[in-house]
Amino acid sequence: MTGRHGAPPAAGSSPVHRLPAEVKVAAALAFVIVVAVTPRRALPVLAMQGLAIGAVVGVARLPLGFVVRRLAVVAPFLVAAALTAVVAGGPHVTVGPLSLSEPGMWAGAAIGAKTLIGALTSIAVAGTTPIPDLLSGLGRLGLPGPLVALAGFTLRYLDLVADGLARRRTAMTARGYRPRRLTQAGPLAASLGTMFVHTYERGERVHAAMLSRGFTGAMPVVAAAPRPRPWHWAAAAALPAVAAVALAVGWAGLGRA
Amino acid sequence: MHAPDGFLNLGTAAATAVVSAGAIAVSLRQSRQQLSDRQTPLAGLTAAFVFATQMVNFPVAAGTSGHLLGGLLAAVLLGPATGCLVVSTVVLLQALVFADGGLTAIGYNTLNMAVVTSFGGYAAFLLFRRLLPRSASGVVMAGGLAGGLSVVLAAATFSLEWLFGATAPVPFDTVFGSMVGVHALIGIGEGAITAATLSAVLAVRPDLVFGAADLAPSALADRGRWTARGSLWAAVITVAVVAAVISQFASSSPDGLERVADDRGIEASADAPTTAGSVFADYATRGIDNEQVSLAVAGVAGALLAGAVGSGVLLSSRAGRRSGAPAGGVAA
Repeated sequence: MTGRHGAPPAAGSSPVHRLPAEVKVAAALAFVIVVAVTPRRALPVLAMQGLAIGAVVGVARLPLGFVVRRLAVVAPFLVAAALTAVVAGGPHVTVGPLSLSEPGMWAGAAIGAKTLIGALTSIAVAGTTPIPDLLSGLGRLGLPGPLVALAGFTLRYLDLVADGLARRRTAMTARGYRPRRLTQAGPLAASLGTMFVHTYERGERVHAAMLSRGFTGAMPVVAAAPRPRPWHWAAAAALPAVAAVALAVGWAGLGRA
Repeated sequence: MHAPDGFLNLGTAAATAVVSAGAIAVSLRQSRQQLSDRQTPLAGLTAAFVFATQMVNFPVAAGTSGHLLGGLLAAVLLGPATGCLVVSTVVLLQALVFADGGLTAIGYNTLNMAVVTSFGGYAAFLLFRRLLPRSASGVVMAGGLAGGLSVVLAAATFSLEWLFGATAPVPFDTVFGSMVGVHALIGIGEGAITAATLSAVLAVRPDLVFGAADLAPSALADRGRWTARGSLWAAVITVAVVAAVISQFASSSPDGLERVADDRGIEASADAPTTAGSVFADYATRGIDNEQVSLAVAGVAGALLAGAVGSGVLLSSRAGRRSGAPAGGVAA
């Protein structure tokens, strides 16, 4: 898990790093659910929730570059959220040269905020949890064993396969292949096909190697993760609790207004 | 198509999560034999492959590009059940490890990109196989057509979810039109690349293609010349036909738009949306004449999708029983 995909700097000693993986995943899920039910006009509440997850990222001392690189994934959705103001119906207000839908602007702002908060949440989990811990934590949270094993192999070989594809692409570009139209996608697809065969044959070799080392169908546990303690749960529950309190206060405030 | 957090309301997220979990449970049962011991590394590497191919952008038209979903490709290569598990794993990891797609959106992202593309797409694949010659080129062509269709199905599923869980006042027919329209174009690319990928795999290791397991060696050797151009035209025609059929559904009430135009003043001033209390999101049905029509549209489209996914599940389990251990004997 190195290179292009921005490997999580999972090594670290912050309190967030020290929480067991399943506690972090459960707290993150509870937090984004609270964020998801926040009404779209409650932008101050969303701002509070954004500050809360920002504080977690700060406590974890995640490098700014890593966070920003990972946030780039959601950029298209921020554009889509901004477009909502243009295509939505309802009463319109004129802002400069544009006629924007008022409910569309609220919805767009809320979708954008929730998108950012959700992405920050998963960055906070992924950035502070080594992959093996994350996978075993998912297993303890009830993800079926075959899926945990599948996810493990996927992450283990992802960079290898992605690098293989990138290498082919570079070689094709060096030989003058610069597809501009879909009718020119043939060589690209052919390289995907051979890549699949190579990938699958690598899987066969990997499996044979595992069998020769005594693989019986279950991955060996090298180092058991520490069991979560009550105070771990309590500490992690602070995040969704803060979000829920912000929501409750906001609700009361909105009700009065 | 990786929707972020808060794109659809929580009820829709929960309902789609239940449906996706059910589909994954069925897939786990069906592929138990395949995954129990030896095939897990192979499926895992295929998942890494699908993950990596989703990073490959291809040109769609001037200025725009799309990327593969790979659900149908995985279903044809590994069988729909394992294909569904593989793509579900990819979607889960993208949300959890790469912040691509929201954590609360996992339910509908899995449904759209893994369950519908693998099971629904595989049902279409089997249908096209029946219509096309029993040969390697028939498999390639059916894979290409079903690959393109699977992307359109996924886009249509998202639009249906929007009908129930809209979070912005964008009417259903706008979402439906733009989603299906854009993804019809992306589907052409998906279809062409799926066909060409299958063609390349069939040329080297036909034993790796689950969807061609019923072919005799002589039929496998029958590889008509199959170019990207040919599959492109086939995909264009299919997508055009599908888009035409679907657009008939979307505009089945020609007076709907006029009526909405008339109602607009009333709706804008009314606090309570006209469909408040219905199962639909308050805004999403605005483009459609009334609740009955939108219910009919949603019902017909939902039944078609459910039928496609369900028959994919059934047919795949029958196919699995008939051919013994599917895609097995590979690691030998």
